[in-house]
Amino acid sequence: MTTSERNVVLHVDDVSKNFGGLHALADIDLEVEQGKTHAIIGPNGAGKSTLLNVIIGRLAPTSGAVVFDGQVLTGKKPHQINQLGVARVFQTPEIFPELTVLQNVMVPAFARRDGAFRVNVLRSVEGEAALRDEAEAILEDVGLAARRVSHAGALSRGDKRRMELAMCLIQHPRLLLLDEPTAGMSRHDTNTTIELLQKIKARGMTKVIIEHDMHVVFSLADKISVLSGGRIIAEGLPDEVRGNVKVQEAYLGGAHRLEAVH
Amino acid sequence: MALFQLSRRDALILALFALVVVTMPVWTAPFGANYPGLMQKFAIYAIFAIGFNILFGLTGYLSFGHAAFLGVGSYTAVWSFKLLTMDALPALLLAVLVSGLFALVIGFLSLRRSGIYFSILTLAFAQMSYNLAYSVLTPITNGETSLQLTMQDPRVIDLAFSERGVGLPTASLFGVTLSGLSGFYFCAVVLLIAFFFAQKVFASPFGMMLRGIKSNQMRMSYTGFNTRPYALTAFVISGMYAGLAGALLAVTDPLAGAERMQWTASGEVVLMTILGGVGTLIGPVMGAWLIKYFENIFSSFNEGILSRFFDFVPEPLHDTVVAISSKFVGEGWQLTLGLLFVFVVVFLPGGIMEGVRRIGALFRRRGSPPKADAMRVQPAE
Ligand SMILES: Nc1ncnc2c1ncn2[C@@H]1O[C@H](COP(=O)(O)OP(=O)(O)O)[C@@H](O)[C@H]1O
Ligand SMILES: [Mg+2]
Repeated sequence: MTTSERNVVLHVDDVSKNFGGLHALADIDLEVEQGKTHAIIGPNGAGKSTLLNVIIGRLAPTSGAVVFDGQVLTGKKPHQINQLGVARVFQTPEIFPELTVLQNVMVPAFARRDGAFRVNVLRSVEGEAALRDEAEAILEDVGLAARRVSHAGALSRGDKRRMELAMCLIQHPRLLLLDEPTAGMSRHDTNTTIELLQKIKARGMTKVIIEHDMHVVFSLADKISVLSGGRIIAEGLPDEVRGNVKVQEAYLGGAHRLEAVH
Repeated sequence: MALFQLSRRDALILALFALVVVTMPVWTAPFGANYPGLMQKFAIYAIFAIGFNILFGLTGYLSFGHAAFLGVGSYTAVWSFKLLTMDALPALLLAVLVSGLFALVIGFLSLRRSGIYFSILTLAFAQMSYNLAYSVLTPITNGETSLQLTMQDPRVIDLAFSERGVGLPTASLFGVTLSGLSGFYFCAVVLLIAFFFAQKVFASPFGMMLRGIKSNQMRMSYTGFNTRPYALTAFVISGMYAGLAGALLAVTDPLAGAERMQWTASGEVVLMTILGGVGTLIGPVMGAWLIKYFENIFSSFNEGILSRFFDFVPEPLHDTVVAISSKFVGEGWQLTLGLLFVFVVVFLPGGIMEGVRRIGALFRRRGSPPKADAMRVQPAE
């Protein structure tokens, strides 16, 4: 099949990233189809977060380029990349600790509605009823409605993650990047998050997800790439990857079964 | 119109604040601070601190050079008096405009860095302005003699309508002279307008974005905000407030000297804001009043006043108490202020406003008997 038939929206094209002498990423090629969930798995230090950092504009690749929906992201500023419809949940939650949970979710809504810069001092935040209702609905979805007036800094690590997910979802991104979205969550909260991510998948949002929890990966992924030492060592449908011996060795040192990893 | 709307809470705060400001001549009397010259300063430095807090309190960018904009405002206002008219309004408008432009340039350059490097850049630009005012720019600033009114000033607008009077003119508003108490009330009205606009900024989406920058600038970028122009806008607004304050200093006393731009003046507004409560609306006003009170009243206390104050202390102790306490007043006022500052930063990091909040909470707990539902344990989440 050709690229256009498969409707690929995200191309990572031959991307390499060196930190001094360390080749964190080497010649990475990745294609993600519209509406699909692409999981990236691999051991710690494999370069998974670095790959997301290159896509989101936090790091400039040493060589190669990232193209999203016909637009070259490489070289653009983080806020420009976000305004093109790319949002990210970070490995360590990036939130506004001093603001309330509700405010944390409203801020991204303003970025979506008003763009990268707008001086709006005539209206009050209180008067923005439509955005507030939307933020409250999304907090309901992620199970944080009861905490909406709490200071975000006081939330547990798992709750911060869920809030950060809500901050991304309110922007209705076309591409959502998730860096270990269930790390630090209880089993129950992990299952809630899986359900939520399955629900937004039904709405056609494209996702790239990094995850260690194989239960999460196999519940969500349409396709899996295995990263090790900065290279993609295997790629395929979940069932193909599950049975891949090379993957089991790289990922687990042959010590455990893939399903048991957390 | 949306421009003039406030939430009910903010409207109440504005009304109370207006009451406090308008009755200032009454409640300052017991403190011996009810003379117009000092009350004018209370109003003017409150404006300076409110504006400074829009930058520091909301975005977290700590400028150590805001006195430069105060100075620019004063010079602009005096030039407006000299060249155009003694009416205060054109002077204020021009001062706000020119200091805003000045802040745009300095802010644009300084905001390329953050944290301590930003602070040092602003300090450097302010010291540069201060030194230039004494050297290259003397044709504009009149150097060490300060920029003053003279009998030869063109004042084209005034003199088109009336003859040149005898003696130096004073600033006015639509023909009403602004000096003494009328000068204070003019400053008070400008303060209330400045306070109202700060309330609008605090409650607005723009204000929330500035808080986002202070809390996590990186998150703001990845959320789609171009943070630099937001911080720059806050910088320019606070520079305009400083220029407005500087212009009012010139209205109440038509004279502008470079010492107004010195780094100590920049440091003072930082102290006012921290002392009162960073990021609160009222805090910077309280800080400004406290520091101006110390500077002007506390510094004039002498042993005679103390001796009378400690009349109730029995004779053998009386002289010792007076001798010790005299070290903290008069020329020692800065010692007291310093100790107060240390106390606040260590025990009340949120400034005076945090103290007020804590006392309020204490009273609320004591005042109302515990109700049944207040006793109920919060459900765990
Ligand atoms: N900003 C950086 N500077 C230097 N080295 C880095 C940086 N970010 C990541 N690395 C290194 O690159 C490698 C890949 O890291 P990372 O992408 O975080 O791995 P993963 O997310 O797969 O656990 C690691 O060896 C890490 O130490
Ligand atoms: Mg990682």
